[in-house]
Amino acid sequence: MDILSEGKGELLGWHDPDEARQWVLENKSRELKDKTMSVREAVSRFIHDGDFIASGGFGHIRVSMAVIYEIVRQKKRNLAMAGKTAVHDIDILVASGCVNKVEVAYSFGHELRGLSPASRRMVETGRCKVVAETSNAAYQWRFLAGMMGLPFVPSRNLLGTDTGRYSSCKVVKDPFSGKPINLIPAAYPDAAFIHVHRCDIYGNAQIDGAVVEDIELSRCARRLILTTERIVDTELIRGEPWKTKIPFFVVDAVVEVPFGSHPCEMPGIYYYDEECIAEWLRLSKTPEGVDSYLQKYVFAVDTFEEYLKLCGGMRKMRYLKRRELLREPMTAPWRREG
Amino acid sequence: MPITGVTDGKYSLREYLAFIGASMLEDKRSVLVGTGLPIIAAMLAQKTHAPNLLIMFEAGGIGPLLPELPVSVGESRTYYRGVAASSMHDVMSLCQAGYVDYAFLGAAQIDMYGNINTTVIGNHDAPKVRLPGSGGANDGASFAQKLIIIIANQSPRTFVNKVDFLTTPGYLDGPGARERAGLARGSGPYRVVTQLGIFDFEEGSKRLRLLSLHPGVTTGEVRENSGCDIIIPPHIETSPEPSFEHLRILREEIDPVGVVLGK
Repeated sequence: MDILSEGKGELLGWHDPDEARQWVLENKSRELKDKTMSVREAVSRFIHDGDFIASGGFGHIRVSMAVIYEIVRQKKRNLAMAGKTAVHDIDILVASGCVNKVEVAYSFGHELRGLSPASRRMVETGRCKVVAETSNAAYQWRFLAGMMGLPFVPSRNLLGTDTGRYSSCKVVKDPFSGKPINLIPAAYPDAAFIHVHRCDIYGNAQIDGAVVEDIELSRCARRLILTTERIVDTELIRGEPWKTKIPFFVVDAVVEVPFGSHPCEMPGIYYYDEECIAEWLRLSKTPEGVDSYLQKYVFAVDTFEEYLKLCGGMRKMRYLKRRELLREPMTAPWRREG
Repeated sequence: MPITGVTDGKYSLREYLAFIGASMLEDKRSVLVGTGLPIIAAMLAQKTHAPNLLIMFEAGGIGPLLPELPVSVGESRTYYRGVAASSMHDVMSLCQAGYVDYAFLGAAQIDMYGNINTTVIGNHDAPKVRLPGSGGANDGASFAQKLIIIIANQSPRTFVNKVDFLTTPGYLDGPGARERAGLARGSGPYRVVTQLGIFDFEEGSKRLRLLSLHPGVTTGEVRENSGCDIIIPPHIETSPEPSFEHLRILREEIDPVGVVLGK
């Protein structure tokens, strides 16, 4: 196939399909074994300086915040991150100096809440590099190609745009239709972390609501940490196997963290903690504010439970549950943050 | 002059834009919506003239009956009483395969061919302002048959000859360019809504053309607030005005806190 054009973005996390397959053959156990551990152990074992990491969920929805805070606490450095509509997670990891390379589909913003002061500052001053641009669908299809064990998947987006020219994709002439077609390279993140509604001790996981791109991400990532609202008996999984979105053999660690997506949403269980997000957006306007936020909510606490207490404890969590179920009115405290 | 109804205090600019956006969406059609005003416009359409508007969200929400304004296009509200909560692969594939009539997006900057920038102001590698990037915008604009763009602050800085970064495809550099690049045949920008008027794209040149002026706005204001050449035909319509019922729905049912519409 003739290459018509090539994006100049850095190709993060791509491997030859035989190499990727070999890695799986040698490193991913098929044994049904207990993978429960602390978040400290999971992050220390499976996330290393310089890794290419990806977070599950979407934006402020179903994010493994317990892992995000632990990465900050362990002061991981030189991480590259998938900006696949990564919002609060990437903002904190860039602001804290853990992530200094991003491939961007959507980052440095908080959707309706506005732009991210901290991570924008890091990019605009050159301390965090955008190494490639892409789109949400294209990022998701990077994971799909990885999940399929293929070098790329073809698509009809990014064509004709600077997003394509700054991506890691290549445009070729499709041998079937004769038209230009975009080839999206596979991605195999070194480590991914996904927060789920429930799973067993082996990592068989159920996710309620939209699964976004976590079917693909869970299967293409080399190492996968699951955090879960609760650990359930395997009999519950086996009784309804059609509900399993992630099977145990792609999972490396299982960590039980109730409210582990806070301050982000957990569909059906609790809504965003807008006060907490607004506090971050306010404080992160200055580097000193970032430091004080991280000191208060990350370095000064040992466990996620202690962190939740600082954020209003069970009383606040009960409110967020009612809010998720539309029994409390909408609030938007960040509107005042301007 | 600003819009008469806004200066008279009948409605806010954003309420008016939400109404205009809603009026473009037909019943029994499908629309992929972006954050903010596009969601509000789709909600208003669904609650008024288009009860069977099929709303889709990139993260997997399909066909919801939206109970309140979602803050994110991925949250559980986006499939509240929906027909499906699936995945990005599902929704984006459906779009690419032709199941989505409209994509409805906001923009930071556009040019006369409807190309959108939401990535950087200034140079990409040393940006003056770093914006969030494409998100699902490049996908929606590549895959949907018709693209509607809403931009609440038309000015010489936002309506430009050449966007600083071409994030999302309009007609690229003119007639036939989308097809030459490999994008779907016959797809492309359909309407642009600003605080001054509604624009379409001239068939032959694929360039922005003024279609209607909002009540009280003049063609001179459109020219003054454009950094690119806009086709201004001799006959121009006046944009419609919202009814009391439209405004009541916007204020009481869709955005009572004024998150997007303001107070």
